Amino acid sequence: MSPSLPRRRFAELLLGTGFLATAVTFIYPVLRYLIPPKAADLGSDSVVAGRVGELKPNSGKIFRFGNRPGLLIRTASGEYRAMSATCTHLSCTVQYRDDLHEVWCACHNGMYDLNGRNISGPPPRPLQTFDVQVRGDEIFVMRRRES
Amino acid sequence: MSSLQNVRKWLDERIEWDDLIAPLRKKAVPLHRLSYWYFLGGITLFLFIIQVLTGILLLLYYRPGANEAFESVQYIMTQVQFGWLIRSIHSWSANLMIFTAFAHMFSVLFLKAYRKPRELTWLSGVILLFLVMGFGFSGYLLPWNTLAFFATKVGTDIAGQVPVIGKPIMIFLRGGEEVTGATLTRFFGFHVAVLPGLATSLILLHLLLVQRQGISVPPRLEMEWKARPAERREMKFFPNFMLRELMAWYVGLGVLGVLAALFPWNLGVKADPFSSAPAGIKPEWYFLFMFQTLKLIPAKVWFIDGEVLGVLLFGVVGLLWLLLPFFESKDPSRPKPWITGFAVFALAYVAGMSLYGHLAR
Repeated sequence: MSPSLPRRRFAELLLGTGFLATAVTFIYPVLRYLIPPKAADLGSDSVVAGRVGELKPNSGKIFRFGNRPGLLIRTASGEYRAMSATCTHLSCTVQYRDDLHEVWCACHNGMYDLNGRNISGPPPRPLQTFDVQVRGDEIFVMRRRES
Repeated sequence: MSSLQNVRKWLDERIEWDDLIAPLRKKAVPLHRLSYWYFLGGITLFLFIIQVLTGILLLLYYRPGANEAFESVQYIMTQVQFGWLIRSIHSWSANLMIFTAFAHMFSVLFLKAYRKPRELTWLSGVILLFLVMGFGFSGYLLPWNTLAFFATKVGTDIAGQVPVIGKPIMIFLRGGEEVTGATLTRFFGFHVAVLPGLATSLILLHLLLVQRQGISVPPRLEMEWKARPAERREMKFFPNFMLRELMAWYVGLGVLGVLAALFPWNLGVKADPFSSAPAGIKPEWYFLFMFQTLKLIPAKVWFIDGEVLGVLLFGVVGLLWLLLPFFESKDPSRPKPWITGFAVFALAYVAGMSLYGHLAR
């Protein structure tokens, strides 16, 4: 066997590894760069969603819960309910329908009841529900603690 | 010698100009009763050129960003002279381009022009159609209005449904977990830099392939002309067909101008991430068939979530569509009937579902 052959192989291997390593050092930072940094969820576990008297019975409003929208409902009987406003189907923002007394997503006609349960249309899961407390003039909405 | 001939001589002495354009002179367009379908690709190209030109004009005033985008488009439409017209032409031309691209694709399919040796032309064409839809999707968000906001939310969420890789893709597209100003910045980058670069390269490849392989004729005619070469009829591409194509472009420009001037594109209401999706919300017409399908699939099919099933189904059909020429028989006398059946079904499905989506409440 000619002695130049292993030497050439060695040079090729060295160069090939070098190219590969260079490519990796280029590609890795680019890939990392493409993934956005995690945004801090500014929302605490509770938020003031509205004021007493702001909502008539049988109506709803969207409030801001951290980075996401929430839905506060005052039922026809005057009771407050709160749930996530992000539809579990494809993330549209739902709304309260006073004519149906139900929660509706306009995007794909998904329907939830006042407990956030998906009752018709494409939504696969119920909406996350929150606790509501009225303290003085303010309506507080809180995430439920996992028990 | 006229000055034009002088310029040509000068060029010819330096870069052998005549050799360069020789292939164009040799190129011929087959003449038969379905020849007029050959205009569609060219018209799509013409509309793409319009998009590039009006897009550059819009860039002079447009500012990406959640706090500025809507206002800058409003400024273009109300303050900048003829701004409303430029934006209207850009929007109308985009929609017409998607329409002609679809029509071009189906004409290629029914005339069986995708057969060997033109598999790569089909492949580049279908990828171009996907890119064009990507242009539509990314450009739709740029005015930052309510409809665009929710369309983007749904569209990126659909991407997020793909098992395993979906979530990272969604975060990459959105620039975070939610649709925010970061999404707008990314979509702007895709729309004005990434997609135009990719599309231009693919268009050049597509045209090079058409130039290299010549224009296809339907299988039956191909066999007839092979058996009786005397019956073969064709027209020189340069200048005969090109002048006709230019006239088609001129008509296209007229149609575009009338639509843009008489039906200026609306701007809508500025997006508010903390408002409900408005009733009657629908995507652009070219996504309507997918939208309507997703609406009809129940929440759970067996043990799979409905939307995951829908996304997987469209993914598989899209891949099959891309690879269609590779299933076709190599013999022009025996084309596979199921491919024609599939094409007819696809056209009927897309048209029917779009119409249903349009009429549905």
